[in-house]
Amino acid sequence: MAALRRQAQAVGAIMSETRLETRGLTRHFGALVAVTGIDFKLAAGARHALIGPNGAGKTTFINLLTGVLQPSHGSVLLGGKDITATAQAERVKLGIARTFQINRLFRGLSVLENVYIPVAERMGVAPSMFNPAGKRTDVIEEAMYLLEVLRLGDVAQHRVSELAYGRQRLVELAIAIGLRPGVLLLDEPAAGVPSAESHIILDAIERLPEDIAVLIIEHDMDVVFRFAKRVTVMVSGAIFAEGTPKEIEANPEVRAVYLGQAGARAGDHA
Amino acid sequence: MSASATSAESTSFAARINHPAARALIERHRLRWWEVLPWIAAIAGYFIFPGYLGFGTELLVAILFALSLDLALGYAGIITLGHAAFFGAGAYTVGMLADHGVWSEPITGLMLAALVAAIVGLLSGLVLLRTRGLTLLMLTICSMALLEQAANMAHDYTGGFDGLPNLPITPIFGVFNFNPLYNNTQYLYALAVLLACFVFVRTLVYSPFGQSLTGIRENLLRMHAVGAPVRRRLIICYTLSAAIAGIAGGLWAQVNAYVNLSSLDLDRAATVLIVLILGGYGRLYGAFVGAVVYLALEHFLARIYPTAWQLGLGILLVFIALFARNGILGLGEALWRRYGGRHKPSAPS
Repeated sequence: MAALRRQAQAVGAIMSETRLETRGLTRHFGALVAVTGIDFKLAAGARHALIGPNGAGKTTFINLLTGVLQPSHGSVLLGGKDITATAQAERVKLGIARTFQINRLFRGLSVLENVYIPVAERMGVAPSMFNPAGKRTDVIEEAMYLLEVLRLGDVAQHRVSELAYGRQRLVELAIAIGLRPGVLLLDEPAAGVPSAESHIILDAIERLPEDIAVLIIEHDMDVVFRFAKRVTVMVSGAIFAEGTPKEIEANPEVRAVYLGQAGARAGDHA
Repeated sequence: MSASATSAESTSFAARINHPAARALIERHRLRWWEVLPWIAAIAGYFIFPGYLGFGTELLVAILFALSLDLALGYAGIITLGHAAFFGAGAYTVGMLADHGVWSEPITGLMLAALVAAIVGLLSGLVLLRTRGLTLLMLTICSMALLEQAANMAHDYTGGFDGLPNLPITPIFGVFNFNPLYNNTQYLYALAVLLACFVFVRTLVYSPFGQSLTGIRENLLRMHAVGAPVRRRLIICYTLSAAIAGIAGGLWAQVNAYVNLSSLDLDRAATVLIVLILGGYGRLYGAFVGAVVYLALEHFLARIYPTAWQLGLGILLVFIALFARNGILGLGEALWRRYGGRHKPSAPS
């Protein structure tokens, strides 16, 4: 963790540097064009929101960034290096982590084990066969630290499937942070969480280490305007508009196409 | 990170390591008192039931085979109904080498059985483990059927349908003979082999590698997303599991001094699956409990009711499927939690 803080200090100088970039990124599914010609830049330390109506291609875009899908055309660059052909697991090692729209947790395992797995994977401990997992107290300590930061310490021993959905979303986040990513992609982190619990997710996201470049897909405009310093609007697989939250909010075309009924509600909070 | 992060950091390394959840994980691999019981029972059985040592040897082989399946199915979630392929590969390795006068020393024979079964596991795993679920299930049956037919057709080497009887297995350490009438040597030998393999499997499942296998079992897609080389891990696990199944098969051939096609057939593969489900998979000792219950039922029910003993087994399986999905051990654990001692929030994984 000390290393993380040192990293954070060093990052101040390179804050404006582009971490993740796409050039002409396009993906067809047969005749369906899911994502087309996306030129996108995510700066180091960014707090960037990706919004758009259902079916705009947001999740496809995330899948292209993480390597779950291969693009039909175009390229993905991480720190200026072309990673278009790099496999998903390799991209994780390079520092791209994600959370899922629907929880993908190790349901039968304890909360601590859920976080032990990614931390062990990142530290290169996971292939070790002949030493007990419990001997790696460094992995366990870091996993516990993450759980404490996310206020999950009290349920660390519980089976993750026993937790309320909102706290399961936090475990989802803990798994991604345990990978110490340089780029973190959050696919609707508060989706499915009762509004009474959603603040715990938002608090956690706000407390993420500053040097991580965060791209968040979100439908809830409250979340977007509270969290993001920059917003990209996707419509029909293409970038429709990009700017600061204020600019996006004020953009009449965005209001017409996307914000529509939600626009009035978001306006209340501006 | 702001205020809460600072407060979290102020709690020390020691405090985090002493959290009950951390302690549970740190101490998970330590030997618990009851883990000695099966071995005490096995040694006690040797003295108490000298007339049942043949049965006992059969039981130990069944436990070892089920244990190998537990590693693949219970821990890594590899759904297979073709595990007899590796049992048979091991059995035929021992049988053919001994029958043709190439190699008949038992301990190195088991190592060769493990090696051959591991190679079969590796090669088939490279192909099969691209698939999941029912496709995988069907392909494991197919590859086993292919091996069985190959063994059937290569009559000159395998004895075909008749198999290879009267295998000349040399005494262990050149001293302890396998006597077909008194199974003392066979029993103790099988027990020693089981113990060695059990220590190996137990070490493996409590390692970080074992933890990552449970991760693959619990959520494959998430394991990809945390950067784990999932397919490589599955292939390694499958190969190791195949090697242990091969040892079980080789052991079976040695203690019976014969090998035949039954070592490779669907009946054997299905039986080991039933044994594991009966006992409870993904918990190491399910293999022990399942094998004891299955073989005891087979042995004693078949005496009382020779024509329809499987009816009793069937009723038990229906009961397990309806009320105890995690097998006898899972049922015991649930009852213990409900009526017994302290509340244990997280189950062993």
